[in-house]
Amino acid sequence: MTYTQTQDSVTGGVPDEGDVLRVLEPDGARVPDATLEPWIADLSPHELRALHRDMVLTRRLDAEGVALQRQGQLALWAPCRGQEAVQVGTAHALAPGDFVFPSYREHGVLLGRGAQPADYVLAWRGEEHSAYDHRAINAAPPQIIIGAQSLHATGWAMGAQRDGSTDVAVAYYGDGATSQGDVNEAMVFASSFGAPVVFVCSNNQWAISEPVTVQAKYPIAGRAPGFGIPSLRIDGNDALACVAAMRWALDRARRGEGPSFIEAVTYRMGPHTTSDDPTRYRDAAEVEEWTQRDPIARLEAYLRAEGMLDDSGMAEVARAADALAAEVRTACIGATTRAPETMFDHVYAEPHAGLERQRAEYVAYLEGFEK
Amino acid sequence: MTALTLGSAINAALSKALESDDKVLLMGEDIGKLGGVFRVTDGLQQRFGAQRVIDTPLAEAGIVGTAVGLALRGYRPVVEIQFDGFVYPAFDQIVCQVAKLHYRSNGRIRMPLVIRIPWAGGVGAAEHHSESPEAYFVHTAGLRVVAASNPQDAYVMLRQAVASDDPVIFFEPKRLYHSKGEVDLDADLADAPPMHLARVAREGTDATIVTYGAQVRTALDAALAAEDDGLSLEVIDLRSLSPIDMNTVAASVRKTGRVVVTHEAAREAGVGAELVASITEQCFEYLEAPPQRVTGHDIPYPPSKLEKHHVPDLDRILFAVDRVLERGEGVLR
Ligand SMILES: Cc1ncc(C[n+]2csc(CCOP(=O)(O)OP(=O)(O)O)c2C)c(N)n1
Repeated sequence: MTYTQTQDSVTGGVPDEGDVLRVLEPDGARVPDATLEPWIADLSPHELRALHRDMVLTRRLDAEGVALQRQGQLALWAPCRGQEAVQVGTAHALAPGDFVFPSYREHGVLLGRGAQPADYVLAWRGEEHSAYDHRAINAAPPQIIIGAQSLHATGWAMGAQRDGSTDVAVAYYGDGATSQGDVNEAMVFASSFGAPVVFVCSNNQWAISEPVTVQAKYPIAGRAPGFGIPSLRIDGNDALACVAAMRWALDRARRGEGPSFIEAVTYRMGPHTTSDDPTRYRDAAEVEEWTQRDPIARLEAYLRAEGMLDDSGMAEVARAADALAAEVRTACIGATTRAPETMFDHVYAEPHAGLERQRAEYVAYLEGFEK
Repeated sequence: MTALTLGSAINAALSKALESDDKVLLMGEDIGKLGGVFRVTDGLQQRFGAQRVIDTPLAEAGIVGTAVGLALRGYRPVVEIQFDGFVYPAFDQIVCQVAKLHYRSNGRIRMPLVIRIPWAGGVGAAEHHSESPEAYFVHTAGLRVVAASNPQDAYVMLRQAVASDDPVIFFEPKRLYHSKGEVDLDADLADAPPMHLARVAREGTDATIVTYGAQVRTALDAALAAEDDGLSLEVIDLRSLSPIDMNTVAASVRKTGRVVVTHEAAREAGVGAELVASITEQCFEYLEAPPQRVTGHDIPYPPSKLEKHHVPDLDRILFAVDRVLERGEGVLR
């Protein structure tokens, strides 16, 4: 289904999360949805369990990030609790050759791309701007400049298209990002050139303190058709809906049908970052309401009801999560700060006389202290 | 006199501006309910309402571009760019539109617009949160560029900026947001030194250190340390980067004959380069030694664990002081 513009324009707010496609109710009951169903009919119990496992791992990793920040090991952390389904679900649908362009909050997407323990923490610790090898996990450095990655993803997709490959680019960003010019320009380019790119907007209701209503008076998914890009508005706390929507979009891209847009309606359970104080701008009642729609509990309930997950399976997942957290902690605490002169590395790809002189001067200056 | 942090002095200035002129508007991301990510606008929306303290969509070009329209309509918008590194999406609006409209309209259009930017590093922040973009704006004709270094100046200069009919880029050193100083909240703007004038932050006779923003604090610390060494250093706080008050700078250099310029922005084509060129032009015959620059390196702002090697500290300043005093390589303490 493409998103049509039949949705009434809304005054004073955007449609709530009831107005979304889903196949799992908050209590885990499976409901039919003609649009999504065909894309997930073949999911095996093994795949479903993997989805659940990665969501638990993501949550544990996120909790570890927060703890490390509180203990002074990280300068900052951007929690993703509550957004595990959209991150893990969409990442599960990807092929190895696809390339993601994440924001700073996409820990579950990086997990899906095979990030290593240090990859999650070194930037937040202030050791590197981006720790991972983008080629190893087919992921661009996490983007902090809101929305910039949407253009990069589109350009990458234009390249893939030129190369005759079936690889797809995916840009992840939040609801706030959709206000940026870059995000709108990306849709123009993607649409004009039929680029194989998927835009995944995690509408977590807030851009720091600003509710989504400051960015949008009409469902965000409703904008894409105006650019000639079909879209889906899905329940971002339903992992299966996320897999389905992503498979739909990837299939379109691989068949040469161009860009797609997914608005995954979800919720940021924690603060924007560890320096934020959400009690200044949102109600405890709202958080409580969303707690009832928890993405992990939902999939868990479904898997248990279907006999695909039991206590011992849960225990195994918990052990894997603890192991990952321990590895991340070790990578963080064991990190060594690079020598000062390395800050001059990689400013240019080729030698640059001015910078080399500056480096030499600074090294000589530092050595002066040792005399 | 009241002891205020730099952040609360700015809050007080904004409050005063909103109170005294109903054409003044504040616009920015998270400035309302949250009071800004640094709480600089704390309580202002509560007090003046959401029509005057506006939480905008997350779009810097949008914020500055609509402020241009509001200014055309007679308002005096004070916009907040959340962090230094996020001003670039608005760069086109600032340098192509804000800076040029008065000129293009033969003076018929006024752009009484203030762009506040929490600025520069030293606070252990993430990437894009510690940048020093001032040279881009200084290089652009039509903009006034100022930098506060203490609560009193922040309070007075911001009010002067709001009152100015020219667009003002107002840099707020975020590593001083919590540092306190005495502020005269009832100061009459008419009596205050205009914001384009530099300030002699400390008098001295052996050499001059010229700086601005958070580096003023570091330079004063260096001067204090040099005093133990029997040296008398003069410290000039530029306050305004465009225009630069060359009279004050030149008078000091003529007196001391030796000058060190320091800022944390990169060296190449930075404000320091402009200063040294002007000093050379105007004070060549008074100079006893080549002027020295102590700046951030010509690299992107490094990861926070290395930033102490990038932002010039007291030792790097003293090292350069030794050089202008021709005391060999520099005395390292
Ligand atoms: C160009 C730019 N402006 C401002 C910021 C500061 N900032 C960081 S995250 C954020 C909110 C982003 O909200 P949204 O796009 O909804 O994503 P979310 O953080 O909710 O995942 C803001 C304003 C930034 N990083 N980049």
